[in-house]
Order: sequence, then C-alpha cells, then structure tokens
Amino acid sequence: MRLQQNEVLFLYTLRLADDALILGHRLGEWCSKAPILEEDLALTNIALDMIGRAEAILRYAAEVEGKGHTEDDLAYKRPERKFYNHLLVEQENGDFAHTIARQLFISTFEYHLYTALLKSSDENIAGIAAKAIKEIKYHKKHASDWCIRLGDGTEESKERMQTALNDLWMYTGELFEMDDINEWLHEGGIAADLRKLEGPWKTDIVDVLAQAKLTVPSSGYMQTGSRKGIHTEKLGYILAEMQYLQRAYPTAKW
Amino acid sequence: MENETKLKHFESLIDADSNIEPRDWMPEDYRKHLVRQISQHAHSEVIGMQPEGNWISRAPSLRAKKILLAKIQDEGGHGLYLYSAAETLGISRDELIEQLHSGKAKYSSIFNYPALTWADIGAIGWLVDGAAIVNQVSLQRTSYGPYARAMVRICKEESFHQRQGYEIMAHMMQGTPEQQEMAQDAMNRWWWPALMMFGPHDTNSPHSGNAIKWKIKRASNDILRQKFIDKTVQQAELIGLTVPDKDLKWNEETKHYEHGEINWEEFQSVINGNGPCNKQRMENHIKAHHEGEWVRKAATAYALKQNQSVKQ
Ligand SMILES: [Fe+2]
Ligand SMILES: [Fe+2]
Ligand SMILES: [Fe+2]
Repeated sequence: MRLQQNEVLFLYTLRLADDALILGHRLGEWCSKAPILEEDLALTNIALDMIGRAEAILRYAAEVEGKGHTEDDLAYKRPERKFYNHLLVEQENGDFAHTIARQLFISTFEYHLYTALLKSSDENIAGIAAKAIKEIKYHKKHASDWCIRLGDGTEESKERMQTALNDLWMYTGELFEMDDINEWLHEGGIAADLRKLEGPWKTDIVDVLAQAKLTVPSSGYMQTGSRKGIHTEKLGYILAEMQYLQRAYPTAKW
Repeated sequence: MENETKLKHFESLIDADSNIEPRDWMPEDYRKHLVRQISQHAHSEVIGMQPEGNWISRAPSLRAKKILLAKIQDEGGHGLYLYSAAETLGISRDELIEQLHSGKAKYSSIFNYPALTWADIGAIGWLVDGAAIVNQVSLQRTSYGPYARAMVRICKEESFHQRQGYEIMAHMMQGTPEQQEMAQDAMNRWWWPALMMFGPHDTNSPHSGNAIKWKIKRASNDILRQKFIDKTVQQAELIGLTVPDKDLKWNEETKHYEHGEINWEEFQSVINGNGPCNKQRMENHIKAHHEGEWVRKAATAYALKQNQSVKQ
C-alpha cells in the first residue's frame, strides 16, 4: 500500500510531537520529588516546554491529517499502537541520574535534529524548529552540566550516573533509524537525514562523558520498534493515566 | 546604643510605616515571629505543589496541562522567594526544612485536604489561591522589607492562579451534568477549609497581638475572611454554583455576607496532624529530600573540586 503525501507527513509530525508529549509527561512526574526545589522547577519547566511543543506540532498534524481532529483529539484519543515516540522517552524517571541520562541522550539528539529542521522546506516544521531550538539548547546544557557534576561528584553519584547511561544506551540506536517515511520526506527536503546526525551526536556525548570522567557505554543490543508503533510496556500506563478523563467522559469539553 | 534606645528607634520606624530592613536592630520576638510566619508561608507554597501536582499527568487538555505546570512552578518560585526572605533573618534553608520535617514549623492546613477530581484543581485555584491572595495583598504592607517585597512579586502572579481556577469551574458548570456535579462537589468540599485558611476568629487568635502592633499583620483574620466571602459568593452565583452554607445571607445594613458557624473542631484537628493528607504530604517531602541527598552531596563535592582547581 502506497501512502499519500499527506499521510506520510502526518505520521512524521506525530513522531516529532509524541517525543515531546511523552517526555513532557515523564518530566512532569518529578513535581514535588526532585532533590532540591530549584531542580523541581527546572524539570517541570522542561516539561512545560515539551507540552507546548507537542501542542504546536499536534495542531499542525491535525491540519495535515485533514479529518477535523484537534491537537487534543490526537493526544488523548489515539491508542498505544498509533503513538510513535522513541522508546527512550517513555522509560521511567528512575533515580535522578536516569532522568539526566535520558535527557542528555534525547536533548543532544534533538539539538542536531531541530538544527537540521530549521531548513525544512515545510514552513510549519521550520517555524516550530525555530522556536524549539532555543529551548533545546537550554535542555541540552542542563543535562550536560548535571551529567558532569554527577560523574565528577562523589563515588556514589559517579556509579549511579554510569549505571544510568549503561541502562539507557540500548534505546539510543533507533534515534538514527531511517524508514521509508524518513527517506521520502528527506528526499522532499522536509525531514532530516538521521544517518548524518549520528556522528555529531556521538561526538557530543563522548565529549560530555569525558568531562564527566565517565565511560561511553559499549554498543551492544539496540532495541527498536517505535517507527512502527511497537513500544515497551511502559507506554500503556502513561496513556492510561494521561487519557483517562477524555476517555471516561467522551462527550465532555474541558 | 542602649537596648531601650534601639527599641525606641525600632518603634518609631514602625510608627512611621517605614520598612524594617535586615541590617536594622529588631526585638528578638519580632525576629522570631517573622521566622515562624515567613517559613510557614514558604513551606505552604512548597507543600501546596503536591495536591495540584497530583493532577499534572491527568490534566484533560494540553492547554490545561500547560497552565497547571506553569501555576505549580509559580508556587515553587514563591517558596524560593520566601525562603530567601527568611534567610535574611539569619536562618538557613536547611534549618527551615529541618524544622518542617521535625514538625516544629507548620504549613497551611488547607494542603492536608485531597485533590480528588479535576474540579478540585479548579476549586483550589479559585478558592484556595483566592483566599491566599486576600491575605497576601494585605501583607504587601507588612513591616519587614524583604517579606513585603516578596509579597509584591507573589501578588502579581497570584491573580492568574485565581482566574485559571475560576475558569475551570465556569467551564465545567457549562458542561455535561457529570461535570456540573463534579464542580459542585469540589465546591462543597473546599469552601469551608478555604474559610478556615484565615485562622481563628479575632476573639480567639493567639498570635495577633504583637503582630498587629508591629505591623507584621495588617488586617485581622475576620476582616480578611469577610473580604474573601464577599467577593467569592458573587463569583459562585455567577456560574451557578451553590455555596454550601445554609446560613449564608446578605446583610443589607453592613453590606456584607453573614456566614454560618465554622467547624473549629475540624480546624484544630487538622492543625494537630489529623487531616486526611497530613501524613502523606510530610512523608512525600521527607522521602524526596532523603532520596535527593546523594545528588546534593555530589553537587557540593563537584563545586568544591572546581573551587580548588581554580585556586591552584
Ligand atoms: Fe503562591
Ligand atoms: Fe498557592
Ligand atoms: Fe498561587
């Protein structure tokens, strides 16, 4: 089955939006749980950036889809198998080190992705990227600074940070995976060539880990699936919680 | 200067409605009263993040989620301003948190009630922040400079909190019968605790004497409570909510609403630790604080290493 142009673009925008939406959900879970009040605010502030970005992209996705849906319909009424966020962002917060490792991996990726998307031939995507890139620079710096602090802090923090990096490494492979959708949209100048992002991403990570006196995890098994909507078991719980009111009261407006 | 001259000078500043600043001499009781009040206020902002934070993951629209996240961040920010104001009195944030955990310092009892449905997020913004604003507006004129300035900043943000809560309630009252029921139920559960936020009746208020004399407190509990009732009853009527007080009536002569008897037994019991969420709120705070200890230690160790390498 050959997808229509707008269907391809719709699926691609969902990928961008779902990363922001699901990561925003996870970061919001830190509220009242962070190690210090300043960090509580920093993490929920990143969550707010993410939800704002998700809203903007989903609004555009709904327009591309052309079925009269709203951004909220797409966030709250899509089933699990139609979510396309990377597996990395749905992973649990864990201890603070796991949250920082997750953020370091994804924000470094987003930095290179959205830098490329600034030049997207799709005006809407380029516009969203222009706003997002400013926020992403801060997210990347925040995660890098903490990674260095924890890596070069105490024995315990070093060990925790290294464990977190090792645990989440297996979810970084799929960030650079190109399927037909990526290929088609890349040819049209709309999407980025992810293969070209892997090098710069790795260089940045190696640099931060060197400053943190930590070891780059050795590449082994890489789990994938999100391009096809195949997730880890964790996503179902996120959606159950996130979508509960919309699903329990389908006719209500909030 | 002799203590007596210092006291005279202090009192003349108070009489002239000048601010007392950290460098000024102040009576020990004034300082103690302020530490108690400002820290209680700071802890309230921070503990108050819990009932609302509990709904971030379930907010029913992306817009609602953004507003709630922003609102809760404001509250955390208020906590930071207030901890800083308290620190000007010679006590550290660590000590203040220590006092919270030991039970020596309190926080507003209102946060010991649970946020059970989405309408509670509306009721908290509208009623709880609405009550807090009345108090905070009057505290903009409090005599201690750093506290007064913190209040000015806080008040600027608070009116958005009250409005977003009222908007949620208004929206639900225009919604399905289930939404209307949810909104009224939240109103029923939050109304009386909101009235209790102003504290005991003036005839029964243990801390008011010096606080009024020193202009820490600028209006009495009952006066502030009355202000809140007068503005809020009308807002409730406007969107079709019923105030759960059968004795509530308008007094044409005084131009104020008269309200029914507040359940002071419940008030005392929640203050003394026996509210629905007292245990849970404190346990959460203590747990997060302990779980974050390794992070704070790491940050300190890292900063120390950086300083040493700069010196070398
Ligand atoms: Fe506040
Ligand atoms: Fe508040
Ligand atoms: Fe507030």
